[in-house]
Amino acid sequence: MALLDSKVEETGVFSAGRALLTDKTLRTDRWWLQPLITFTVLILFVIYATFRAFENKNYFAEPLISPFYSPCLSTVCVEGAAHFGSPIGSITLFGLLISPALFILIFPLGFRMTCYYYRKAYYRSFWMSPPACAVAEPHKKYTGETRAPLILQNGHRWFFYAGLVLNIILTYDAIIAFKNEEGEWGHMSVGTLVLLANATLLWLYSASCHTCRHTLGGRLKTFSKHPIRYKAWTIVSKLNHYHPNFAWVSLFGVALTDLYVRQVASGAITNFYFF
Amino acid sequence: MSEKIPMERHNYDVLVIGAGGAGLRAAVEAREAGLRVAIICKSLFGKAHTVMAEGGIAASMGNVNDKDGWQVHFRDTMRGGKFLNHYRMAELHAKEAPDRVWELELWGALFDRTGEGKISQRNFGGHEYPRLAHVGDRTGLELIRTMQQKIVAMQQQDKKEHGDAESYLKVFAEVTITEVLKESGKVTGAYGYRRENGNELLFEAPAVILATGGVGKTFKITSNSWEGTGDGHALALKAGGNLVDMEFLQFHPTGMVWPPSVRGILVTESVRGEGGVLTNTTGERFMFKYIPDVFKDKYADNEAEADRWYLDQDNNRRPPELLPRDEVARAINAEVKAGRGSPHGGVFLDVSKRIPAEVIKKRLPSMWHQFYELAGVDITKEPMEVGPTCHYVMGGVEVDPDTAAAIGVPGLYAAGEVAGGMHGSNRLGGNSLSDLLVFGRRAGAGAVEYVKGCQSVKVSDASIKDAAERIAAPFKRTGGENPYTLHQELQEITHNLVGIIRTKSELQDAIEKIAAIRKRIENVAVSGDRLFNPGFHLSFDLDNMLLVAESTAKSAIVREESRGGHTRDDFPVMDPKWRSQNNISSFNGKEVVVKQQKLPKMPNELFDLFDIDELEKYLSKEELPNNAGVRS
Amino acid sequence: MSKRVKLRIWRGDSKTGALKDVEVEANEGEVVLDVIHRVQATQMGDLAVRWNCKAGKCGSCSMEINGKPRLACMTQVANFEEGETITITPLRAFPVIKDLVTDVSFNYKKAMEVDSFTPPAGLKAGEVRMAQVDVERSQEFRKCIECFLCQDTCHVIRDHEENKKSFAGPRFFIRLAELDMHPLDILKNRKQKAQAEHGLGMCNITKCCTEVCPEHIKITDNAIIPMKERVVDVKYDPVRWLGSKIRKREGIV
Repeated sequence: MALLDSKVEETGVFSAGRALLTDKTLRTDRWWLQPLITFTVLILFVIYATFRAFENKNYFAEPLISPFYSPCLSTVCVEGAAHFGSPIGSITLFGLLISPALFILIFPLGFRMTCYYYRKAYYRSFWMSPPACAVAEPHKKYTGETRAPLILQNGHRWFFYAGLVLNIILTYDAIIAFKNEEGEWGHMSVGTLVLLANATLLWLYSASCHTCRHTLGGRLKTFSKHPIRYKAWTIVSKLNHYHPNFAWVSLFGVALTDLYVRQVASGAITNFYFF
Repeated sequence: MSEKIPMERHNYDVLVIGAGGAGLRAAVEAREAGLRVAIICKSLFGKAHTVMAEGGIAASMGNVNDKDGWQVHFRDTMRGGKFLNHYRMAELHAKEAPDRVWELELWGALFDRTGEGKISQRNFGGHEYPRLAHVGDRTGLELIRTMQQKIVAMQQQDKKEHGDAESYLKVFAEVTITEVLKESGKVTGAYGYRRENGNELLFEAPAVILATGGVGKTFKITSNSWEGTGDGHALALKAGGNLVDMEFLQFHPTGMVWPPSVRGILVTESVRGEGGVLTNTTGERFMFKYIPDVFKDKYADNEAEADRWYLDQDNNRRPPELLPRDEVARAINAEVKAGRGSPHGGVFLDVSKRIPAEVIKKRLPSMWHQFYELAGVDITKEPMEVGPTCHYVMGGVEVDPDTAAAIGVPGLYAAGEVAGGMHGSNRLGGNSLSDLLVFGRRAGAGAVEYVKGCQSVKVSDASIKDAAERIAAPFKRTGGENPYTLHQELQEITHNLVGIIRTKSELQDAIEKIAAIRKRIENVAVSGDRLFNPGFHLSFDLDNMLLVAESTAKSAIVREESRGGHTRDDFPVMDPKWRSQNNISSFNGKEVVVKQQKLPKMPNELFDLFDIDELEKYLSKEELPNNAGVRS
Repeated sequence: MSKRVKLRIWRGDSKTGALKDVEVEANEGEVVLDVIHRVQATQMGDLAVRWNCKAGKCGSCSMEINGKPRLACMTQVANFEEGETITITPLRAFPVIKDLVTDVSFNYKKAMEVDSFTPPAGLKAGEVRMAQVDVERSQEFRKCIECFLCQDTCHVIRDHEENKKSFAGPRFFIRLAELDMHPLDILKNRKQKAQAEHGLGMCNITKCCTEVCPEHIKITDNAIIPMKERVVDVKYDPVRWLGSKIRKREGIV
């Protein structure tokens, strides 16, 4: 790989005193495959999300709202999408209108950027620090998460709390999706299922989070004095094992949910109603 | 080699050779008394063979069954050893083991717990009540790590008080000691070299504690790591000490038998303690056939009762799988010889039918791991194949029970597996870890007392020169014997001729062959230089193993009976005449000489702990004091 | 059933060295350590290798096999392709002494820097009571066999020699977690020290330590991340910090 050609002679595995070997790694398996896949998928998501955030249309089709635009808090939100009013008015920057998605996406983006799993994923695949285990990284210096900006990773829990609020809102969106296009309750469409699935996956992603595990019980010294929190910790610990899986599936979930709403809103497909 | 080999000179109050449980416990004791202590490890710090102990530490804390107490533990130990134990060692051990376990908790050990939050205790072969404090099946690791961290804690304290962490307590890792030095009859220190670079080391110390562990590497199939080469046994012999009862070797009944490369690796007795069952190839649970008369009233003779015992231990007798190790090993050996063995020459040990998979993984995690990764066997679904493996030497340095002082060598101490007497002819599982702690502490205390009354010592230049020459010798020879080949030959001899079942003619053959190897070892040459050279290291280990093998074979040929870890095909039963005799090995500079010595007489209050009917099975009429024992 | 296997073994010392090709017999079921021993006994009498128990319990035979940090005693020869050359080198994060033996004293220095277990004064032997659920977390970390494979693979020091002075490494992060979660340990400032002295913040949780752990300890998920969260509690969470000041206690019992 091209990035590995910049050989750093004086430190790392080439430091004086260590076994004299010229290879940056002697691994014979396809160690580069996993970071490559991660890199590709994350890039594709970022491209799609950026496009959608700036597109600023096709995010609402009564009663469905895209997770990228919910809650829609700006006065420029399309009619009916602003379920919670328009507290932030409309903001322009250099004469350009800011898409209402941008105010909201910061939170899930922050939650995922500071997530302990995604950190591993992008440190490895984007920053190559390291690209894979026992494969020398290309950087001369390394200070980890000890200074700005990476020290901000310690704020993960604030994004976790924000994420919980968003989960509640997206769950609310899914419940509203039991209305029909005329606003009457008691109906269900494919869109309802899509929004429900999205909300469920997001809850699973949040519930399996390391911060959640810590907050519910992990910070305790003696579990035996807190049986309920211990039970909660035990359940979250089991979910936590699948945190990477939930991280990916919920990411796809959000993108696909948005895509579904977009297709319905743009009229490309019709939201099929079961009843 | 013409270049001058660098030599470091160190001065300490106490030198502890061996960094397993006993050595570290001794060092803690000596340091706490204010002395300056050096600890020698043959490998890295924390890798000692103690980590291999799986089942637990026997101590009659009575946490699971409050009927337990030191008297019961003492009785079990004497029974297990077939009354050949040094009664005083067994008594001290049984009395002090609980304190030694409890103090580990104050140093950070985390044992598995009972519902009340006490240390949990499990059943084990030969122990009447659940007695083994344990951490899953990695108790030895917990012990070594706790001791290692205790040493570090003391060093941190020294750093606070004296500015240097290693000023009072220092660990010398990867050092081989080749000689215990003496001047005018008293210990003055030891000589050795760093394995890393061959540089030589002189330790001047008035007290030397041997805690070097066992001798398993003398044998072909063993559960021991490479370190078990009988170094302390040989050092003691050469320093003028005695070895007691070296014929008693414990063949653990359950070692792995397949694949060949892991043959001998231990399968913990906890597998049986947790309900594992032994069957032969016909599916028969064969242990019921092998309950000896002396144990008939303690062990179930039918499957129904044996199975009930796991639920109700007060009203049922124990399953025969939990007989002492020597009995089980002989039984497996007999089954295999009778053609009822498993495909790879062992028998089947099965926990999968009795215990749910997740419980097995929780209680026996490293066993599951070991079989899954090394043999491709999932023990939660299928049986293991097991057979006897050389596990432990009951014989060892003859010591004074209270101080662990080696008899005949002022300043020399021995504790743990290297010391003899405690376990008699057969050791009970779990008694080893407690032995390490009880007698490790006593050896430390014994050395402290001794050092208080001694002048500072000085090693003479002549002694240094001799020791250095001996280390240099293998490099000076060219085209001599390959140490690896000699080691393999020795292992073949011991395995075939001094193994589980012995006869006079084979032992005679072994003694002659060992003598022949001894001649050849004088001609061992090693290639390469002193920089971390395993061939060089082996040439010294080999010398120690030969002395041990010689002592074992010569003791075995004179003991004309079968008892515990010594089974003679030509003398298949226990003989009360031999019950009262220890075989004492000494070294005259050329060869090992064995003579008999009477066992010390047990005091009446200890006799009274036994039922007279039981005593009569082991002891001759003359040995029983008047009115001793209790008639039930 | 024996076959020939091709090995490339690194031989040398701290100044020179190279990979040497060698062929050796391998029997069914053998592990890499077995074939190394055969090379030693038949072809290279002075080939340096550390090992003790040969059962994955002592953590001595750590080396890199086809570039991956592994225990040689737990690596089956059968796992390699027929005809594949197995490359065996010493650990590459530590200075080499000779052949497959490295100087791992870094780890013992770091062990010395971790404040020892500190029980309450006056705690009496035999009177300790702890619930099983309270000891289980620390017990997982005490399974560590100190093979130092996690230390070897950790890029913070593997790839940056200069970080060794300020970074304790995964093995000692689990030790810190073990003590911080130990029901009897009363030392209050372990979290602060983890961040300030042991370099917990240098870890970017890329999980290689967990991947290589032969004891399958979940180093990252169960020790490092919980410790990072505990550090956040005391250093980066103003609400919690304020709470602890008002309630005059650690808030963690």
